[in-house]
Order: sequence, then structure tokens, then C-alpha cells
Amino acid sequence: MGRLIEIRWHGRGGQGAKTAALLFGDACLGAGMYMQAFPEYGPERMGAPVASYNRISDEPITIHSAVEKPNVVVILDPTLIGSVDVTKGLDDDGVVLVNTGEPAEKMREKLKLNGQKLYVLDASAIAMETIGRNIPNTPMLGALVGATEIVDFNHMIEDTEKKLQKKFRNKPEVIQGNLEAIRKAYEVVKAQKG
Amino acid sequence: MSEAKVKDKAAKGPEAAQEIAALTGNEAVAMAMKQINPDVVAAYPITPATEIVQIFSNYVADGLVDTEYVAVESEHSAMSACIGASAAGARVMTGTSAQGLALMWEMLYIAAGLRLPIVLADVNRALSAPINIHCDHSDTMGARDSGWIQIFSEDAQEAYDNTIQAIRIAEHPDVLLPAMVTMDGFIISHGMEVVKVLPDDTIREFVGTYNPKVKLLDVDTPRTFGPLDFTDFYFEHRRQLAEPIAKAKEVILEIGKEYGKISGRSYGLYEGYKLDDAEYVLVLLGSTAGTAKTVVDDLREAGVKAGLLKIRVFRPFPYDEMAALLEGRKAVGVMDRSDGLAGLGGPLFGELRSALYESKNRPPMKDYVYGLGGRDCGPALIRQVFDELLEIGKTGQVKERFTYLGVRE
Repeated sequence: MGRLIEIRWHGRGGQGAKTAALLFGDACLGAGMYMQAFPEYGPERMGAPVASYNRISDEPITIHSAVEKPNVVVILDPTLIGSVDVTKGLDDDGVVLVNTGEPAEKMREKLKLNGQKLYVLDASAIAMETIGRNIPNTPMLGALVGATEIVDFNHMIEDTEKKLQKKFRNKPEVIQGNLEAIRKAYEVVKAQKG
Repeated sequence: MSEAKVKDKAAKGPEAAQEIAALTGNEAVAMAMKQINPDVVAAYPITPATEIVQIFSNYVADGLVDTEYVAVESEHSAMSACIGASAAGARVMTGTSAQGLALMWEMLYIAAGLRLPIVLADVNRALSAPINIHCDHSDTMGARDSGWIQIFSEDAQEAYDNTIQAIRIAEHPDVLLPAMVTMDGFIISHGMEVVKVLPDDTIREFVGTYNPKVKLLDVDTPRTFGPLDFTDFYFEHRRQLAEPIAKAKEVILEIGKEYGKISGRSYGLYEGYKLDDAEYVLVLLGSTAGTAKTVVDDLREAGVKAGLLKIRVFRPFPYDEMAALLEGRKAVGVMDRSDGLAGLGGPLFGELRSALYESKNRPPMKDYVYGLGGRDCGPALIRQVFDELLEIGKTGQVKERFTYLGVRE
């Protein structure tokens, strides 16, 4: 990977789009890459559309403006489609990941995709099953790694575990649930890759 | 704060001992403050600088620093408490942004006038009105004539490095002036990126202890701080302020070099990027410099001799250095992230034009006021500036001396 990879996360306030970008950036750093992770700051309210970003490269990253042409778009909430231009700036060789229970063909139509690669998974259902709450950010993190293989999966899961251990010191069940969610989502996407 | 800290295995020499961490600009500055371990921090939170003092207050609560943390009711009080503590002989730090720095305004002049080496981290943010929380440089530009040293940072790494060096610069016996280190609001303060962090011991040794010759808490030699000066002495005392500001330049260079020895990262008054043979030069401050470097790279690949001059130290302003670097270029574009509202562009433009007044070979120069209130400035906008510079270089004509970049007219 010589080039710069830019990722845009779409979600709603409270779904963890910012945390997902931070966790992913951290994992990439742990794997020896250069990275940036930053949220888009606007009117931050629970449920309002939010975006966050990653830049990943083997070389130091000096660019400090907004991500305009992402290589990968991760959509945590499918209800954003239609009200937010989630595929804005995405090239034909881009990758889209959507948290949805709908089939891929329908999603491809909704998103008006051309040649872009599309992965769909019901990350909310995975989150409900493993974490007990509809927090789709960690499963989508697993899906992102499965789809792009920017970072080694085992490396990522170890890094994320460490980070979650600090955040949820008193809730070990939350940590295990999140890790399980990441694994499941990763497997779903790997299967779609064929 | 990031858990992903790894040793830089490929590094040799001073870099080998550093940890590579994923930090936001705010986290990096809070980390620097922890390693500096100041005697007193007095602060009032304000977006986007809140995290700096919030994280630092956790260090205080967890006993990781020996600092006396003074929670105050406003930024005016924060700077007042800093002044009192610094006059008493303590090493003092604080952090703020925008309206917070504006509220400190009268106290900023007092800190400088009393020669108190307070170090302030300012997260650059636009001033109201309209109310806005995003980046521009209006806040610190408002304090540019206050007698404070001003050091701008391009990224989180520089914010960390500059904060550490600012302690030594401010407290240097030839300087003894307060210093503010800035970083761009949100873009740097809230963006997580790779930062090399030096070991605590290395920093503690580098900053040493602060032993002022003159302090209020010296019962054997009682002194008065901040007395009234009428027409008899005020002028002399203010005149004396010009000396340390003039000497600060040498000290900043000396400390920047010494810091290079412990970190592998040396600092000067400015950074030139592909500047030596550049015909078209862009001059600016802060995080946009990093974005501009990618544009310069692209232009170089296309055969255009483009270059960048990033100013690190805005106060004292490196007039002579700027004149020497800019004279003879085909065209110079200046990018100001604040509007001077004086009728001729932004403050950086004014300084650079002034610097070049005596030059025999003055380059054509144009100012671009950009990015106010956090308006994004990506490669396309910077490319637009270079395109205009190429045109100016061809014709030698500057049609308008300043303009606004990326705004709806």
C-alpha cells in the first residue's frame, strides 16, 4: 500500500462514528502505518447526521483539509441514504459498506452505484445479539477490515480489545460483546468477498 | 488517549527512545504539560481548547503531576491567577481559545510588561460575531502586539514540540517573556494523528527547574511588582520590552537546535519546503502548510518551481529572514487565516510587505484571506492560488493586492 487511503464514516450522533474512526486509526498505527482520524464537527445532537474520517498511508500524512474523495465509505445508518449524499466524491473503484438488512442489489440501486464494490451486513442485528444494544460501530469496524484488509484482522482486534478494556473497565461483558460483534461482521464480509 | 504506543524500531539516535502514539493535538499538548510538570495551571475551559485543561486536571487528580490546579470563573481570572503565581516565582501554564483569549486581553499585556514567562496553549478559533467555534487565527492575531512570543504549529507533533520548547524560550534569562503556542482549532486540536513522544525524564531534564532571579516570594529581598509608572518611567519600562523581544530570535534558534539533539526534530523561525529554487512561493501559518506541501509536490511533478514558506514564529516576526528568502522570486502568495480589517488584507501580508520594503528586488505579492470560521481549505483552493501566481509571474502585474479565497461573494 503506497498510496493514501481515505475513509468516510456516516452515522447519526450516538452511533459511534467518531469512535470507530479513532479505533481504526489506532489499529493502523499499531500496525506501523501513518494515520489520521477526525470527526466532522457540526451541530452535535443525538440522532443528527454526523461524519468522521480516516486517512491511512505508509508515508507521513501532511494534508489537513477535509476528505473530499474517499476511497471507502462506511454507512452506519441506512436511513441516512437519501437525506445525506453518502457517496459524494466516491470514485468508481471505491468501496461502500452499509449496515442494512436489505439485499445488496436493492442497496446498490438505492445508492445509485456504478462499479463500486458494495458490502451489506446487518450490523445492528449483530450488535443487538452480541452487545445487547444497537451500536453498529464496532461491527462495521470488523466489516471494514474484512472488506479492505488495510490492517491485519488479528492486529486490529488486539488493539481494539486494549482500547475497550480502558474504556469499559467495569463492564467486561461489553468488551466481549464488542469483540464478538467485530468477529461476526468480519466473517460476514469475508464470505461476501468469496 | 491512545493505547497504541509503539517504540520506533527503525529509529536510531535520539529518536529511538521515543514512543509513537496516536494523539489529538489537545492530547499532545496535555501530554507535554504533564511531562513539563508546571508548578501552577490556572484555566477556564473553552471549545476547542477544553480538553487540554480537562485532561491535565485528570493528571492532577491522579497525582501524576505536582501541579497546583486553580479552577477559576473566567479566562480573565485564569490569566490573573497565572500572573500572580508566576510573579511569586512559579512555572505557570494555561490553555484557552478565541473569546477566552480575548477576555484575557488586558492581562496579557500585564504578563508581558511584568516579564513573566507564562506559557499558554491557544487553540486557534474564530472570534465572534457571528458566534463560531471553528478555526481561524483572529484570536492570536488580536494579541500580536501584547509582548507575547507567538509560535504557530502545523500539526499535533509540532504543538507538542513547541509547547516544550516554549518553556525554555520564555524562561531564558535574556527573554523572560510570556509565550503562546498555537494550533488550529478542530483540524489539529481534535484530529488524531501520529505523534512521537519523548520519555518523561528527557523532557524534565530539558526543561529543568525554573529559578527566577527576581520573585515576589522572596522574603529576604522584598520587592514590589506592578507599581504605578507615570510620565517619569513608563516609557523607559516599555522601551525595555523591545530588548528581550529582539533577543528572543537567537534564543528560539538555540533552543530549537538543542531540542533537535534530544528528539531528532530541530526547529527554526520558519520552515522552507522545496523553497531553495522556488520561483512561486506561498507563505502561510498553521495546518494549511501541510496541505500546501502536497500541492507543491504535485506542481513540482508538473515541472512548476513551486515552494512553501511556513512561518513558525510570528512574534518576534522574522523580518530580515523573510526579506532575504522572498526577494527575487517571480511571485509570492500570502495566505492569511484572519482579516486585518485595515483595508489591505490580513496581518501576515502587512508584515511581509513591511519586511520587503528595503529590498531592491521586491517580488510581486498578493494576499489571500482564507478559512475564516473553519472554512475548509483543500488542495484545490491552494492550487488556485498558485495558478494566479503563475499568471502574475508571467505578466508581472498584480491586479488586486488582496482577495478572499473560498468565499461566496
